[in-house]
Amino acid sequence: MSTPDAKMPIEKAAALAKEHGLSPSEYERMLAIVGRQPTLTEIGIFGAMWSEHCSYKSSKNWLKKLPTEGPRVICGPGENAGVIDIGHGQALVFKMESHNHPSFIEPYQGAATGVGGIMRDVFTMGARPIANMNALRFGDPSHPKTRHLVAGVVAGIGDYGNCMGVPTVGGETNFHAAYNGNILVNAMTVGLADSSKIFYSAAAGIGNSVVYVGSKTGRDGIKGAVMASDVFTEGGESQRPTVQVGDPFAEKLLLEACLELMATDAIVAIQDMGAAGMTSSAIEMAAKGKMGIEIDLDLVPQREEGMSAYEIMLSESQERMVIILKPGREGDAAAIFKKWELDFAVIGHLTDSHRLVLTRHGNVEADLPVLPLVDEAPLYDRPTEPTPAPTPISAADYPLPAPALEVLKKLVGCPDLASRRWIAEQYDSLVRGDTLAGPGQADAAIVRLPDNDGNESGRAIAITTDCTPRYVFADPKMGGRQAVAEAWRNLTASGALPIAVTDNMNFGNPEKPRIMGQFAYAIEGMAEACSALSFPVVSGNVSLYNATGADPILPTPAIGAVGLIEDATRTARIAFPAAGLTILLVGENKSELGQSIYLREIHGAEKGAPPVVDLKAERHHGDFVRGLIAGGAVSACHDVSDGGLLVALAEMAMAGGIGATLELPADPALLFGEDQARYIIITATPEPVLSRARAASVPMSRLGVTGGDALILAGESIAISALKNAHESWLPNYMAGQD
Amino acid sequence: MQSAIIVFPGSNRERDAAIALKRATGREPLHIWHRETDFPDVDLILLPGGFSYGDYLRCGAMAAQSPIMREVKARAAKGVPILGICNGFQILVESGLLPGALLRNSSLKFICKRVDLSVERTDTIFTSKYSKGDIITVPVAHGDGNYVADAETLKRVEGEGQVAFRYVGDVNGSMNDIAGITDLSGRILGLMPHPEDATDPAHGGTDGTKMFAGLAEVLTA
Repeated sequence: MSTPDAKMPIEKAAALAKEHGLSPSEYERMLAIVGRQPTLTEIGIFGAMWSEHCSYKSSKNWLKKLPTEGPRVICGPGENAGVIDIGHGQALVFKMESHNHPSFIEPYQGAATGVGGIMRDVFTMGARPIANMNALRFGDPSHPKTRHLVAGVVAGIGDYGNCMGVPTVGGETNFHAAYNGNILVNAMTVGLADSSKIFYSAAAGIGNSVVYVGSKTGRDGIKGAVMASDVFTEGGESQRPTVQVGDPFAEKLLLEACLELMATDAIVAIQDMGAAGMTSSAIEMAAKGKMGIEIDLDLVPQREEGMSAYEIMLSESQERMVIILKPGREGDAAAIFKKWELDFAVIGHLTDSHRLVLTRHGNVEADLPVLPLVDEAPLYDRPTEPTPAPTPISAADYPLPAPALEVLKKLVGCPDLASRRWIAEQYDSLVRGDTLAGPGQADAAIVRLPDNDGNESGRAIAITTDCTPRYVFADPKMGGRQAVAEAWRNLTASGALPIAVTDNMNFGNPEKPRIMGQFAYAIEGMAEACSALSFPVVSGNVSLYNATGADPILPTPAIGAVGLIEDATRTARIAFPAAGLTILLVGENKSELGQSIYLREIHGAEKGAPPVVDLKAERHHGDFVRGLIAGGAVSACHDVSDGGLLVALAEMAMAGGIGATLELPADPALLFGEDQARYIIITATPEPVLSRARAASVPMSRLGVTGGDALILAGESIAISALKNAHESWLPNYMAGQD
Repeated sequence: MQSAIIVFPGSNRERDAAIALKRATGREPLHIWHRETDFPDVDLILLPGGFSYGDYLRCGAMAAQSPIMREVKARAAKGVPILGICNGFQILVESGLLPGALLRNSSLKFICKRVDLSVERTDTIFTSKYSKGDIITVPVAHGDGNYVADAETLKRVEGEGQVAFRYVGDVNGSMNDIAGITDLSGRILGLMPHPEDATDPAHGGTDGTKMFAGLAEVLTA
């Protein structure tokens, strides 16, 4: 192989490296690896591979602190998605990933391709996607862009998932001014696989064919990974050409074709083309298998004429895969892709040279050593600065300004607590016919599992996404802990045994010590919680530089988590199921108001310390509640989180259309404090439940009795219909421009 | 009773339909790929929901031109019952097997929710187990379910009693709240809602069961 002829002045190479996000020291490191003047294509490859987005250079050292092992873990972080053993020869494959920057620039396509990308990550490993979730953060509703962004993101998520025939079963949406210039779109997919048929990305077999399948390569999304690794400047929308365009129909065909090929034994390795396109796929596959790879770029199916090697390698066109096939299986594989009317091309082969060699029109455009590209990628131990401890507040300073139930009505209709029906109804949550609890019905979405033959198994899984960014901002460590604990609690409240976590770490500019400190302490809190709750992290994604100019987002370590339900008939939903049932509280009221929604919405104060997360209490209370649900003693369950005790009770009442008489005083800290490790349970048999709690030393108290069509508390009363009206009307009115 | 589900690239509710049919008939339906030009004799042909050919051009328009649809039309002419659900309804309309057209929902948004339907006809093979005036709850999941027809066609559809189901209240802007119609023979039914996703207590309701149970009873000779 001849050496690429760069023909580029050295000053120009340095300038190009800078343009591709490489720092002067990274450029020097690259030169040492290349050992000669690099070509434009080579600079592009280094820029993408060493971008924050692909290399995790700022976060890697910290991510190591998360527990990633457990008896159920088949594959932890590092592959396309995490894989968990759920017994009966089955595995769950799942991951959450961000598409923040593209979604702010072009909300519909950005969100759509985010969903497409995460589904590809899951089916690349041999799993059929069975459920989608998401975690969305938008700016203040009064910000002029927010409405447009909400509309575009929701339509994009819906159109992609709906067309794929994968139900979108839940998620969370928050609004806060800190996201005005940088929204967060985190998408999660859960897939189901035969645990003996998981597919990995490590290339193997000298001479084996490198195959390209899926849609053709165009000029869309070029340098997307580099764009995602920088803060926005004013006028960031001008980067629109770096956003990819999605084609869910092509992905549906790709899904079916890949699963059909996976049912044969023709595949050695498979990897989707996501961030940094073919560059990242080819290099990661070769590096994991310690192989060389040669690609003739002329053979890559192209949508546009005259594409250069640089453009082909850095395109982020969607719905594409790279497959390493066993020798002689090209014909079988080609027939499957022809049936599904997708491109199929043998574009190269594996070598023992340990080099990535790319040719275009007979010229060598890149010739790079594979391992140093990955192993010698920059790694930063960036300085961290702790967030100062929040000043505690006194609940007595924040009395009720109006009757408690009027305050409640205001809270259930505020942007962060209002019904998400306007969003959820744009997602097909029912396709596949296995959704047992869709959006808003239980604390976690519940989806039935078919067995490996496609028949009913009697089992189900629960899925949730959670994070309370205002807690993380006030106290990163406690907030990190809380995000994990809340996910664990939501799974538990639906009746599931929590089994594993995927994380989506959304933070600001890591070069700022305070931001890096948020990241580091949030990880520490998450690691503590994951360890204490036997809740390993098996996959994840880091999205840094979420800032516009000097304004960072709230630190948002979104947690996606799954739980297993062995008996799908023993689950819990949140709705009051009938009148005359006893309402019990599990856990203790500590009446802390710091960082509560009450404080923010009613008193306009974002202050104080977030509630303390006692992991021992979490585990103790949660295990007890799960046992009650499995034993059939509980007819509804809801954890207490945003908005506190009274909001949780109101949510249960509104979901069931049944009121309650509550034995609670009109004390704002008690009613609206967000103390952790609490669950509300509804039971027809309070005495045995109370005595079981006493025997297990679990704090439990009576809150009241269900019934009627109003909530009654301390001499006040409010109709459920009035609460529901406030709760249901905010988002549709806002989206219709009537806020 | 043997049924056949026609599978187009982009179909995505064929599994839901197959489960409902198997539950009602005890038999696994055949899956027929869109490129086929012939298939065994069956008692029922089902066109499932989804996004055939990505819904590009117009929902159902490309599927209506696919090789298999020539054979489906020939079977229809022979009186083989055909059930088109959601995208299947759109394909039937685009094929000319049913009158009218399905446009974007009036909200311009995809809608997935459980809706109430009134059963308008009970004298068809699809609705024989319902009683006239029954209100049933069945989910919808579509972006293009807004039924329209020119005045003359609509008059004929209503006059001939071809409306099988109506939404109770406006769901997507459909004229006369039409949710499903039959052809003149009553042997072809197209509807936007998904009765197949209301056939199991776990679906949150079983109001769709009577459609499949009725078909199984009538077509099992």
